Amino acid sequence: MDANGLLTIVVFCALVLALTPLLGRYMTAVFDGQVKGLGWLERPIYRLCGTSADEEQHWSRYALSLLAFSAVGMLLLYALQRLQGGLPWNPAGLAAVAPDLAFNTAASFVTNTNWQSYGGETTLSYLTQMAGMTVQNFVSAATGIAVAIALIRGFARHSARTVGNFTVDVTRAVLYLLLPLCVVGALALVALGVPQNLSAYTSVTTLEGAQQLIAQGPVASQMMIKHLGTNGGGFFNVNAAHPFENPSALTNLIHMVAIFAIGAGLTNTFGRMVGSQRQGWMILTAMTILFGLSLAVALGAEVQGHPLLAAHGIDQLASPWQSGGFLEGKEVRFGVVTSVLFSIVTTAASCGAVIAMHDSLLPLAGMMPLLNMMLGEVIIGGVGAGLYGMMLFVLLAVFIAGLMVGRTPEYLGKKIEGRDMTLALLAILAFPLCIFGLGSIAMVWGQGAIQDAGPHGLSELVYAYVSATANNGSAFAGFSANTLLHNILLGLAMLAGRFMVIIPLLAIAGAMAARKTIPPSAGTFPTDGGLFVVLLIMVVLVIGGLTFFPLLALGPLAEHLTLAAGTLF
Amino acid sequence: MSIHHPAPVRLWDRAILAQAGRAAVCKLDPRQMVRNPVMFATAVVAVVATVLSLTATSHQGVMSQITLWLWFTVLFANFAEAIAEGRGKAQADSLRRTKSEAVARRVVSAESALEMTTCESVPAEALRAGDLVECKAGDLIPGDGDVVFGIATVDESAITGESAPVIRESGGDRSAVTGGTRVISDRIVVKITCNPGESFLDRMITLVEGAKRQKTPNEIALTILLVGLTLIFLLVVASLPVFASWSRVDIPLMFLAALFVTLIPTTIGGLLSAIGIAGMDRLVTFNVIAKSGRAVEAAGDIDVLLLDKTGTITLGARQAAEFVPLGGISERDLAEAAFLSSLADDTPEGKSVVLLARQRFGFQAPPTEDLSFIPFSAHTRISGVTIRGASWGGVMTATSEIRKGASDAILRLVTQTRELTGSIGRDLAQAVERVARSGGTPLVVARDGHLLGVIHLKDTIKPGIRDRFATLRAMGIRTVMITGDNPLTAAAIAAEAGVDDFLAEATPERKLELIRQYQQGGRLVAMCGDGSNDAPALAQADVGVAMNTGTQAAREAGNMVDLDSDPTKLIEVVMIGKQLLMSRGALTTFSIANDVAKYFAIIPALFITAFPQLQALNVMGLASPQSAVLSAIIFNALVIIALIPLALKGVRYRPGDAATILRRNLLVYGVGGLVVPFIGIKLIDLLVSGLGLA
Repeated sequence: MDANGLLTIVVFCALVLALTPLLGRYMTAVFDGQVKGLGWLERPIYRLCGTSADEEQHWSRYALSLLAFSAVGMLLLYALQRLQGGLPWNPAGLAAVAPDLAFNTAASFVTNTNWQSYGGETTLSYLTQMAGMTVQNFVSAATGIAVAIALIRGFARHSARTVGNFTVDVTRAVLYLLLPLCVVGALALVALGVPQNLSAYTSVTTLEGAQQLIAQGPVASQMMIKHLGTNGGGFFNVNAAHPFENPSALTNLIHMVAIFAIGAGLTNTFGRMVGSQRQGWMILTAMTILFGLSLAVALGAEVQGHPLLAAHGIDQLASPWQSGGFLEGKEVRFGVVTSVLFSIVTTAASCGAVIAMHDSLLPLAGMMPLLNMMLGEVIIGGVGAGLYGMMLFVLLAVFIAGLMVGRTPEYLGKKIEGRDMTLALLAILAFPLCIFGLGSIAMVWGQGAIQDAGPHGLSELVYAYVSATANNGSAFAGFSANTLLHNILLGLAMLAGRFMVIIPLLAIAGAMAARKTIPPSAGTFPTDGGLFVVLLIMVVLVIGGLTFFPLLALGPLAEHLTLAAGTLF
Repeated sequence: MSIHHPAPVRLWDRAILAQAGRAAVCKLDPRQMVRNPVMFATAVVAVVATVLSLTATSHQGVMSQITLWLWFTVLFANFAEAIAEGRGKAQADSLRRTKSEAVARRVVSAESALEMTTCESVPAEALRAGDLVECKAGDLIPGDGDVVFGIATVDESAITGESAPVIRESGGDRSAVTGGTRVISDRIVVKITCNPGESFLDRMITLVEGAKRQKTPNEIALTILLVGLTLIFLLVVASLPVFASWSRVDIPLMFLAALFVTLIPTTIGGLLSAIGIAGMDRLVTFNVIAKSGRAVEAAGDIDVLLLDKTGTITLGARQAAEFVPLGGISERDLAEAAFLSSLADDTPEGKSVVLLARQRFGFQAPPTEDLSFIPFSAHTRISGVTIRGASWGGVMTATSEIRKGASDAILRLVTQTRELTGSIGRDLAQAVERVARSGGTPLVVARDGHLLGVIHLKDTIKPGIRDRFATLRAMGIRTVMITGDNPLTAAAIAAEAGVDDFLAEATPERKLELIRQYQQGGRLVAMCGDGSNDAPALAQADVGVAMNTGTQAAREAGNMVDLDSDPTKLIEVVMIGKQLLMSRGALTTFSIANDVAKYFAIIPALFITAFPQLQALNVMGLASPQSAVLSAIIFNALVIIALIPLALKGVRYRPGDAATILRRNLLVYGVGGLVVPFIGIKLIDLLVSGLGLA
């Protein structure tokens, strides 16, 4: 492993950990309504939505507002795509997007997935990109954060009827959190060489004498929200592997930190709002350990290089003359270690931006992004989604093992009852339902989209459905998803993976808020110690991970073992 | 009172085993099976497997073996429930036996306030709540009820095992009688308070009978979790052939069936009901009857224990140790007043006052017709005697009122009529404080509005109680001592006994208020009580244990009845509740952790023909795909049988703080659940392949 890569990992982790309490404190203030500066902008928005900053909503109203907001957003996106041919800002004269693709894309952006079945520059007009996709990059991220905040309020409050106000939470998330961070981050990126202009493409003559058209545009502003909001949809087709999106190792570091920043910060916000930062740190510790394990396995596989090349006596190990590893499909500027780190980061969070093609990772290294998403993206996770997803596992862990201390299960002083279990399971069922259910339908009627034979082919299809369900948006290249069947099925998977989790969780938030808080005692199940961290990790791996063991065995594990034995398909 | 425990039923009682074996088969009735979704799913798979193995053309040997073990899995689970039921019923039956053939004499008409009654004979089962029945010496009391007339000695040994008969009388706090007990002397009229099938015994019997048993809230929540996991695994297994078809892997349907059954949580699914029944059973062994399973669960959650001082923290009997006269009063005058006012006082304290006065001054009891006693009331906290003007000891005396009680109560009484003069108030305060500071109870005596002095009642803390409170504190349970004593005495005893808090000068209202206060703070409160005035507090408490000797009102209000009427048992009840919840959690954790090994046994077996390299996942080195699947399913079935003793006895509970308990249990049942099946499946595989079964 090269020292450069190792240093990147260390600096990356240190930056995320250092930012966590800062962002955590800031977000607590934002959602407690203590950050005010933009009141003149907030008030008209609330008035327009027929609400006010003081109004609070019952969880069901909160959920309805969220659903209505997302539904309207999705309809708008769909309409924009279908009508773009007759709308302005369409210099390339792009025609209406096909209905199934428009549905898929609308679902993708509303659910913060940014799965792209299409090629951006050849499908969507500037208007669709700006008024549709970019808006959703902000508000779908804000929606995720709002749900997490509502859930946190559920645990923090007692004997309360309400969990917050959806309009207020989303507005504040955008105005006070996402926009300022994007402005600052974008300026930093511009300073580091990321283009931000509205100029026409530049035509240059290369050294070979060929003509090349160099695409550019307002890249920096989109980069920041793409990572900060764990959206992942790139400005350029090759995403963050493009030197204009990601000119240097430093911008690469900023991208990665931006992907984790809000998700990690929310664990601290959680701790602060429930009155014990330690509770938040324990959640983050569990996430960090899972992240470390995932990274270790992927790196372990990748730095060895390709076994078949090794068999030919080709040296792939890191040395003063080479960064080492199997570089096909990786970001050659940064080396294998940083490429793998980015892949793990982008799938641990639900970002989906890439600097290396996940399809090109060696089987075991490719399995880890897949597994990260299968676990429900609870390692930091999508903004908001990571925390509320992890809360599902926390509830399960407390419920399964909590009885072992001789009390009925409770978390943060809230008893966990039958109804909560039903709701939590409903949310957890979303994953197997989409991945196994929709996935097997796709397997039967949509095999044509698979490019490669053998276990790798299976991984391509499974990856697509896992990525959609987990609202990640990254893909195993080679899978031709833009077909009627896959567009519809993947669209459904994205919607179910998002709302089948959010709605039950908001119901849980409402139930928790209404409940009394039992003061902790020596007999209380301890959730602020190492023991709980170990337990939580075990539950995530056993309940979240083992379910997918058969698929992993048929896909990446079989590929790895057959490759090691020298078999290619 | 000595604590009598019904002889605990042996774990493997042969009669119960035989009965349970039969019951296991009867429980295959789908209407009963459906109550347990996990085992129902297993049974459905077993039916499918039966059809498959009957129609199979190849591999019939292995297939029929798998089918057989699938059925065993279901039967073992039924068997576990049946054993628990059998043990519960064996205990309940011994309590119920006396009751069934009882004939009741129902009152048809009555004269002069039940003095004379006309009765008809009816079977005990025909009695309804509100019926009056007459019971004479030698009669079995036909049902639970309240004595409304008369006084009698009753032999309650059938229920409590205590051979000394007890007094039951109308009014007062000893009016409740239990069906199945026998009147030994005199005649009482009992008002029946419950309909047939609703008596304590009946309720308890329904708690230990699986078919009628209502699931407790936590049991329901756990069942939901198990159903959810079953659904997830159903999706996993059902979609597997589709995904496997890409690699042209053909998975035999029988293997899928086996995979499904081994993955779903059959261990906890099969034992859940047995654990619940066994928990009730353990209570019965302690001579406590729970009226609902919910109460037993709540017991495990208790944060605050309200314990009556007398009988629980201190030895019941406080002994009069000295008479402390106030200035200007002779000790003899004080002792005489104390003596007279205590003559009718049957409490150990009262008796000890009489005894001390006799020892010191040799008083003789006056004729009782001149004395009218005022019994102690929890409201005024005063008792006493009014002596009619009469001659005794050759001297004519005027009508005289003697009152004794807590100092504030007596002071209030005295100052109602006149101001305290001179230093008498200060003297009293000093005397009271001296007694109270020493942990004794000062009992102030006044005669005709004049303060005489203080009786020093000495309290003795039960040996070992301090350690028990320390244990409870380590468990996170707060102990609160309830006492009618004044705050000084209460504080001294509280400090000596090591309770966390105390409520002094307690009245039923203040007790209720205290419970509400704790509950408002989100805490769960347990208490025990016996008197009618305890009923509201018993009903308000999350766990209210009524003493069997108490009133029917108290017994109705509480959600448990302690047949031994031993208030210390509240602590055991909490432990039993915790043990029940722990057993459930431990087996759930064990069951889910088991899945890791089962995956590693079956998944390589399924895919090895397509990808021989997947042999690397066969970490146990199982002999063949057939033997791997068979071994996993055998292990899955046998582990249910192996864990029945644990489910029935409950996991070992050593009191301690939650973190310690969790660490230990996670190590035993979590890590154990991961490791044991690897070893177990490997051993079974060695046996299966060695015997050539697969």
